[in-house]
Amino acid sequence: MSGEPFVEFAGAGFRVAGGQAILRGLSLAVAEGETIAMIGRSGSGKTTALKLVNALLVPTDGEVRVGGRATTAWDPIRLRRRTGYVIQEVGLFPHLSIGRNVGLVPELEGWPAEKIRARVDELLELVGLPAADFAGRYPHQLSGGQRQRVGVARALAADPPLVLLDAPFGALDPITRTELQREFRGLQARLRKTAIFVTHDMREAARVADRIALMGGGQLIALGTSAELAAHTDPEVRAFLEAGAA
Amino acid sequence: MSPDLLREIATETGRHVVLVAISIGIATAIGVPLGIFLTRRPAWSRPVLGLVGVIQTIPSLALFGFLIPVPAIGGIGTRTALVALTFYGLLPVVRNTVTGIAGVDPAIREAGRGMGMTDRQLLVRVELPLAASVILAGVRVATVVGIGVATIAAAIGAGGLGVFIFRGVAMVDNRMILAGALPAALLAVGADLTIGAVERALRPPR
Repeated sequence: MSGEPFVEFAGAGFRVAGGQAILRGLSLAVAEGETIAMIGRSGSGKTTALKLVNALLVPTDGEVRVGGRATTAWDPIRLRRRTGYVIQEVGLFPHLSIGRNVGLVPELEGWPAEKIRARVDELLELVGLPAADFAGRYPHQLSGGQRQRVGVARALAADPPLVLLDAPFGALDPITRTELQREFRGLQARLRKTAIFVTHDMREAARVADRIALMGGGQLIALGTSAELAAHTDPEVRAFLEAGAA
Repeated sequence: MSPDLLREIATETGRHVVLVAISIGIATAIGVPLGIFLTRRPAWSRPVLGLVGVIQTIPSLALFGFLIPVPAIGGIGTRTALVALTFYGLLPVVRNTVTGIAGVDPAIREAGRGMGMTDRQLLVRVELPLAASVILAGVRVATVVGIGVATIAAAIGAGGLGVFIFRGVAMVDNRMILAGALPAALLAVGADLTIGAVERALRPPR
C-alpha cells in the first residue's frame, strides 16, 4: 500500500466513565485505499476503535486523525456523512423503502431528487439488487443477505472516501457470508475506498483485507498481512489462526 | 322519549365531544414534547412521570372541586373542566411517548447517528415515525378515559352528557341516567375503534 495514511490512530485510548480502559494506546495507520481488518475476541476493543473513527466515541487518550485532522476537530456530522458505516444489525429504517434507505445520506446532503434516484439505481445495481425490483420494497421483505447488501449500498451512497464495517456479515449463514465477502472484495477492487473491517473471523479477515490488525485486551497485538500473521509465534495470534483453520 | 330530550341529548353530546377533543388536543400538544424532552434527559423521567401519575390518581370529582377556587384556570364552567381533563390526558400521552421512543431498536438509532443525522433529524425522520403508533395508543387511552371522566364535568356546570346522569341520579330515574351513559359509552367505543385503526396503519412493518 502506498500513499498518506488516511486514518491514523495516534496512541488512542478509550476509558469508560468508571475508569476502566476499553482501548489502550492504539497506534495504527491505514493508508488511503487500503482495507484493514480489525480482528479480536469480544471485548478486545475493536468496535470501540471503529467508533472513534466516525466520532461516535471520542478518545479519552491520544487522538484519531481522519484525512490528517483529529476527529475532535471535525464537525461530527460532516465527518459521519463522509464516512460509510455498516453494522452487523444492518439498522435499515423499517418505515422507509429500500430506495429511500439507500438515498438517505444524499437526501440529508440536499441532493436534487433526480440525482438521488440515479445514484440509488446505480448502487442497488452495484450490490446485485436491481432497482426496478427492489427500490420500492421494505426491509422486512428482504432476506438477511439482501438486507446486508442494502446496508453496504447505503454506506456507499454519498461516495465517501472511507467506509467502516462492524462485523457486517457476522449474522449471515456461511454460504451467504462467503458470497458477500467475495462481492466486497470485488467492489473494493473497483472502488478502492479506505476501509476498516471489524470481524472475529480470521478467514474473513484474510479474504477481505490487505492487512490484519489483531486486537486483544484493548491493545494491538499484531499487525500484518495474513501471511505475516501466519508466521507469528504469539499465543493469542496462534489461537486465532487455529480457530480460523478449524 | 320526547323530541325535546332528544334535541338536548344531541346538544350535550356535541359539548361532550368538544370538551374531550380540546382537552386531548392540549394534552397531546403538551405531552408529546414533554415525553420527547424526557427521552433526552432521562434523569427527569422518573420525577416527571411520577408527578403526572399522581395527578392521575386524584379522584376526578375531587380534582374538579380542587380546581374551582384556583384563580385564572378555576371557576365554575367549561374552562375548569378543560384543565382537569387535560391533566388526566397527560399521563398516557407522556408515558407512551417515552416508551415509544425508548423502544426504537438501538441498532437503528446507531445507524442513523453513524450516517450523520443530527439529533433533530434522528427524532423527526426515525424516532417519531417509528414511535407514532405507540404514541397514538397513548392518545387513544387518554381519549377513552377522557370521555368517561368528562361526564363529571357536568357537576361544575361545564355541561356534557353528565348532565343527564346527574339529573337521573337526583330523580332516581334510570332512563335519564342511560340517556347520558349510553351515548357516552358509544362515543368511547367509537373513539377507541377509530383511533385504533389509525394506530394500526401507523405501525411500522417488521
